[in-house]
Amino acid sequence: MSDSTQALERLAASDYKYGFVTDIEQETVPPGLNEDVIRLISAKKEEPDWLLEWRLQAFRFWLTQTEPTWARVNYPPIDYQAISYYAAPKQKGDGPKSLDEIDPELRRTYEKLGIPLAEQAILAGVAVDAVFDSVSVATSYKGKLAEKGIIFCSFSEAVREHPELVKKYLGSVVPYRDNFYATLNSAVFSDGSFVYIPPGVRCPMELSTYFRINASNTGQFERTLIVADEGAYVSYLEGCTAPMRDENQLHAAVVELVALDNATIKYSTVQNWYPGDANGKGGIYNFVTKRGLCKGRDSKISWTQVETGSAITWKYPSCILRGENSVGEFYSVALTRDYQQADTGTKMIHMGKNTRSTIVSKGISAGHGQNAYRGLVKILPTAENARNHSQCDSLLMGDRCGAHTFPYIEVQNPTAQVEHEASTSKISEDQLFYCKQRGISAEDAVSLIVNGFCKEVFKELPMEFAVEAQKLIELKLEGSVG
Amino acid sequence: MLEIRNLHATVEGREILNGIDLTVRAGEVHAIMGPNGSGKSTLANVIAGREGYVVTEGEVLFDGKNLLEMEPEIRACEGLFLAFQYPVEIPGVANLYFLKAAVNAVRKYRGESPVDAMDFWDLVHERMELVKMDESMLKRSVNEGFSGGEKKRNEIFQMAVLQPRFAVLDETDSGLDIDALRVVADGVNALRGPERGFLVITHYQRLLDYIVPDHVHVLVNGRIARSGGKELALELEEQGYALYNEEPGRARRAAA
Repeated sequence: MSDSTQALERLAASDYKYGFVTDIEQETVPPGLNEDVIRLISAKKEEPDWLLEWRLQAFRFWLTQTEPTWARVNYPPIDYQAISYYAAPKQKGDGPKSLDEIDPELRRTYEKLGIPLAEQAILAGVAVDAVFDSVSVATSYKGKLAEKGIIFCSFSEAVREHPELVKKYLGSVVPYRDNFYATLNSAVFSDGSFVYIPPGVRCPMELSTYFRINASNTGQFERTLIVADEGAYVSYLEGCTAPMRDENQLHAAVVELVALDNATIKYSTVQNWYPGDANGKGGIYNFVTKRGLCKGRDSKISWTQVETGSAITWKYPSCILRGENSVGEFYSVALTRDYQQADTGTKMIHMGKNTRSTIVSKGISAGHGQNAYRGLVKILPTAENARNHSQCDSLLMGDRCGAHTFPYIEVQNPTAQVEHEASTSKISEDQLFYCKQRGISAEDAVSLIVNGFCKEVFKELPMEFAVEAQKLIELKLEGSVG
Repeated sequence: MLEIRNLHATVEGREILNGIDLTVRAGEVHAIMGPNGSGKSTLANVIAGREGYVVTEGEVLFDGKNLLEMEPEIRACEGLFLAFQYPVEIPGVANLYFLKAAVNAVRKYRGESPVDAMDFWDLVHERMELVKMDESMLKRSVNEGFSGGEKKRNEIFQMAVLQPRFAVLDETDSGLDIDALRVVADGVNALRGPERGFLVITHYQRLLDYIVPDHVHVLVNGRIARSGGKELALELEEQGYALYNEEPGRARRAAA
């Protein structure tokens, strides 16, 4: 085996940097799921009756459903009765009024993750709605956003303060009957983020939420809803890291986006949940439903994701292009190494006239990693002059990993133009030697080449996030060359 | 500066270099000429340390240090540069970014701090003029979609920025029109100096009209068949390599 192949093989060896557990008292509901548990969750959150009823409908429907098996992933059966469906950090009194009141232990956790909440928020101009386990504990920049009429708060708070908006849009893009995991989420979702941008308002800062799973054996069921009213613009960032744990942890989030006439929503994710150890033990099951509805004409929804973590990723951020001239975009980097499995992609559903979509998917597989792109481009009869361009590139490192592409194209209107390009490549010896001859070590050369491979996606990320994503990829490729 | 002693090397088990002796002193430009298949590019690759080129006998010293024991990136950090015959494309990596990574890798090896952004920018601009390179080339991915001439020019540009102590040019002139040839030669000539050595590998005498060598060597069947001054190149131009080759058929093809 050549030096550089060995170097690539050794990529699988680097450690998960964010593996630690925060010692915070948890208020946890005992494991198991039944209607009483759902009533308890709803009661704890002091929810209105209509929401409890919605949860119960979802739960009853969920009982009739079975897990999907079509994805190219393997894992032992999940015992849904062994999962605890609610955990909240205990607080003294009524809860924090400002960042200073937040549990110092929690603050330290974020600092270890490189997220000094207050300072970083101020310096970077980012409003952070930090989700620690299930309950939002910190929200910043609220005042500044409120001046513009922007609502950015935890989902629970939105239910209390803006029930009419929540009621109008909750489930309007991902109905509770949508799929097994989305249905489960609808029944038991704990918290998440809510964003509303009023007509004509351009959100003056990137909105950001850092998710983190901490409680052992506690499923995470985040629910995010973002609504951009007519002519509004918002860019939302979501970044995740999780501490090291042996048990597999289920993460079944739902994200719904709604863009009205002339509105634009940009949703960026860097996902780094714990991927399990080098032998494939442990790690997060990330079964997520993300979907955006371009409801109005000339609206645009753009998904950008950098998926580097989780034992299993099952995720298809999609766009329903209903409004005329609406635009959907999906930019994705998915990196799998060790025994990670990713089955990810997108669905672009063209309904309106002159709708356009772009798909750029970059899969990187190392070690025993398995990476599948699964995408659907559907042009409905109503979608005159629809356009799609899809590009799926795979990069293989070593000879034990796999890359798979499952593109589905359904065209029901003869005026459509749909293009699909795909490539699979390896880092060549020639490229490595060229870099080395310029003085660049094999390890740096690999990350240079991989970052180049991902560039089309990284350039879609907001600046600070792009740097973070690049660092993350480098971190993931660390420990390669001795 | 560079001493090659009795160098034998094989590629895929075939002996290509068959006992080469060559010494290049600081400040000198040596040209290696020879027919196709004589081992010119193999010599360049062995010096640079490319995988698959196996040294079976002999030694190569770079400022007295055993070059053959060093990893390719260490050779580069020690000041050895190879201008590739076939420069490699690296999609998505901007030329400028690549160059900065290379400069900083060398600086790190020397125990220096990363290059100051403004200093680097100034250096890059100064060197760009040297090879008449358009600024847009800095933003383009390394060699991706470059024409043959642009690729070669980019090699010389990288050399000009990295300022190695010893540079090997592997058929940098092949495929170049006369204007590009002149640009490449100007770049090399600007870097010539008492501290720097060059090994210019070429098939044709043409390049040597612009880069005037101190010594010319004729490589045939993995061995230096003859050495001389710059006039040797002119002689070869007239007579071809047939005189030096036991296989006249190959020499004719080569001279064509």
